[in-house]
Amino acid sequence: MTAPTYDLGTLHGGLRLTANKSASTAKPIFDIPVPAQLVLPITQHVGDPAHPVVGIGERVLKGQLIAEQDGTFGAPVHASSSGKIVAIEPWPVSRRFGDNAPCIVIECDGEDRHIERAEIAPEFTQLPPEVLLAQIMHGGIVGLGGAVFPTAQKLMQARTCEIEYLIINGVECEPYISCDDVLMRERAVEIISGAQILMHALQIDICFVVVESDKPEALHELGSVLGAVADERITLKQVPTIYPSGGEDQLVQLVTNREVPSGGLPTDVGCLVQNVGTAAAVHDWVIDHEPLISRVTTVTGDGVASPMNVRARIGTTVADIVNFTGGYTDRAQQLIIGGLMTGKSVTSDRVPIVKATNCVLVISEAPSPGPELPCIRCGECASVCPVQLLPQQLFWYACADDEKKMRDFGLIDCIECGCCDLVCPSHIPLTFDFRMAKGRIRELADEKARAVRARQRFEARNERLEREQAERDAELAQQKETARTAGPAAIAEILKRKRQQSEDDE
Amino acid sequence: MEFPRREAPFLGPRANVASMMLQVLAALVPAAMAHVWFFGPGFVFNLLVAAVFAAAGETLMLGLRSRKPGTGLSDYSALVTAALLAFALPSLTPWWVTATGALFAVVVAKHLYGGLGFNIFNPAMAGYVLILVAFPVHLNLWVAPRMGDLDYQALTILQTMQFTLTGSLPDAISFDAVSRATPLDIMKSGLNNAKTVTEIRAIPIMGDIGGRGWEWIGNFLAAGGLWLLVKKIIRWQIPVGVGLGLLVPTTIMYMIEPGSSASPGFHLFAGATILCAFFIATDPVSAATSPRGRMVYGLGIGFLIFCIRRWGSYADGVAFAVLLMNMAVPVIDYLTRPHIVGHDDHGDKNG
Repeated sequence: MTAPTYDLGTLHGGLRLTANKSASTAKPIFDIPVPAQLVLPITQHVGDPAHPVVGIGERVLKGQLIAEQDGTFGAPVHASSSGKIVAIEPWPVSRRFGDNAPCIVIECDGEDRHIERAEIAPEFTQLPPEVLLAQIMHGGIVGLGGAVFPTAQKLMQARTCEIEYLIINGVECEPYISCDDVLMRERAVEIISGAQILMHALQIDICFVVVESDKPEALHELGSVLGAVADERITLKQVPTIYPSGGEDQLVQLVTNREVPSGGLPTDVGCLVQNVGTAAAVHDWVIDHEPLISRVTTVTGDGVASPMNVRARIGTTVADIVNFTGGYTDRAQQLIIGGLMTGKSVTSDRVPIVKATNCVLVISEAPSPGPELPCIRCGECASVCPVQLLPQQLFWYACADDEKKMRDFGLIDCIECGCCDLVCPSHIPLTFDFRMAKGRIRELADEKARAVRARQRFEARNERLEREQAERDAELAQQKETARTAGPAAIAEILKRKRQQSEDDE
Repeated sequence: MEFPRREAPFLGPRANVASMMLQVLAALVPAAMAHVWFFGPGFVFNLLVAAVFAAAGETLMLGLRSRKPGTGLSDYSALVTAALLAFALPSLTPWWVTATGALFAVVVAKHLYGGLGFNIFNPAMAGYVLILVAFPVHLNLWVAPRMGDLDYQALTILQTMQFTLTGSLPDAISFDAVSRATPLDIMKSGLNNAKTVTEIRAIPIMGDIGGRGWEWIGNFLAAGGLWLLVKKIIRWQIPVGVGLGLLVPTTIMYMIEPGSSASPGFHLFAGATILCAFFIATDPVSAATSPRGRMVYGLGIGFLIFCIRRWGSYADGVAFAVLLMNMAVPVIDYLTRPHIVGHDDHGDKNG
């Protein structure tokens, strides 16, 4: 077993939150059976929607491609069980991609027949990185930590930069969520194997597997596997349990003490971060040829009878999952996809589990915090902000709609972690206000861009008209000049030609 | 199943303004009891008058500004203002003086600037300065502290109440018999009359460090302030800033001219220094807001207290120092913005 190391950078602020994870980590991962129906959104990733390649009525097999990647930025979608395509229509989804989104609905036949797997591919270490990257692209793999950035594109972007470190993110800092924790406990081998594949794809030699201190079992498992694998390129790191140290940029800062530049990516400071789930998915695809068609999700909260972690097929609806795990309790008043701090509340449990869904949280209504009071500038928000913003000042400028000041004070750097909301004694919904303000700034920027384009078009048109006028003038001047220099002889010639013409006409 | 829509985060807030204000009030209780012990029951009357008029002013202004009075009063900020004002006033103060200060603090300094969260000036200090300008004579003399070994004439509750209500003492008692100049006044006038610090300090009312009674109230205020620090109601930058801003120059002067400069300890415990460091300057609304900014703000107040005490015509300078630094807050906040993670601070000024 390899003991974790602790040498870390510093992260400002953050909060220690009540974890509420023990209810769901007590049991092993439960496999959700094949549901009657699967609902697969064609957009489960950042980027262009996938393009359906199956028709209504068509029968599909488990693992079959049903929507292919369209455009340079995106990911394909695979059928997560066998059955018949019954509809391709808008369906309620978790709000990240709008309220309703086009989905492929499969009526499952319950046989769960798998498409024929490709022949055994050569050992991945024999493959050139480019081939490996192209292969990863076809697996439908996206970042499973929540950002759902297509993994292949993330790796390709990283290949264009100088990358030093691969960071495998096992820091699951939001309360209630424990899917990565149980995954690390049960599938440490696959996670480490995935990390090795990713290192080969990136052609780098340093990898940190980072886990929070409140997950001793996961640390132990990973340590044992690392001891057995004896791959000295990989180091296990333990970080303190402080929310939001699992955020990508925060983790980079914590592990390497490098700050990801504003508006930049971890690759700008030589780091690539991948979630433990993503690493396992890469292993499943590259080694076992199983595309991303299922994931581990935490089903928890006082609104479900039996909190646990489940492995569910992508496309299984929340209603089906909750039924399979034992149903709701009478305290079920709010349905949240994701965690308490950054999750999205959804209005219907018809939404399907997608690649991004790390948690289905059903809780009772929180007691009303009371009315929103004026900001008293106590500065608690600033003391917990992991990006070291001054939320109290930003709030002021957001109220005044002062775009320049909001930019100056780093509104776009806000990661919307929600820490400031929690400590605000005046109960101001700061995170929500900042989200709105960001939207307005984006709108303004769009408007400005449109105005600039319109002005450019107008100027281009004026320029063109002027140029044409100038050309005409030049031509006229040329004719005059010709006439003048050619002298009387030419004029006589022209007159003669004219006369000739009129005679011909007669 | 259908569910309502909410916005993240889904965790309720951990703190609220009312409980913060209540904890500030609680932290003042030991010092208030010491105040009553040393300077008699007048403090209680001052507090009552200030609280009633501050609450009345708050209710009136919230009504005029079409806000629900309930929400404003329930945050207890008016009570904190009243308590700080009561601490700043001599225990023998006629009710109309206290009432004027309390009303000015709440109505003008707080609500005319937009109410809680928008006031530029610390309301209690604005109220105090109004009294200082309008009724200077009432701030000059404090009732003599309980002296133990020395003879002094203590006032009964009824006698104190009579003074509070009418502004005069029973005929048998002369004001001079029960009142004394404050240690800061004694120090100032003593130095002006070319006495040495050692001579001045020999007067019994000067106590061990900062004046009989005052030093003990200071201890209790400091204890309350430390408790607020532990509870994270206030942060360390402002108290430390005020302390350093005052102690550094006074120490230097004390080392250069010990004969004509009061000791740093005297400056710390005499007057309202400790009250200011933990309770007045730490009012978040009128203070600077970034950590470095708060340090600068505290240092500024401490240094101004030193300047006013040494070269000004007032014996104590806390109220003016706080109000002057209140004015500097916007520029302090602008110049002391913390480094935002991921920003290049050199090329960032016009961001």
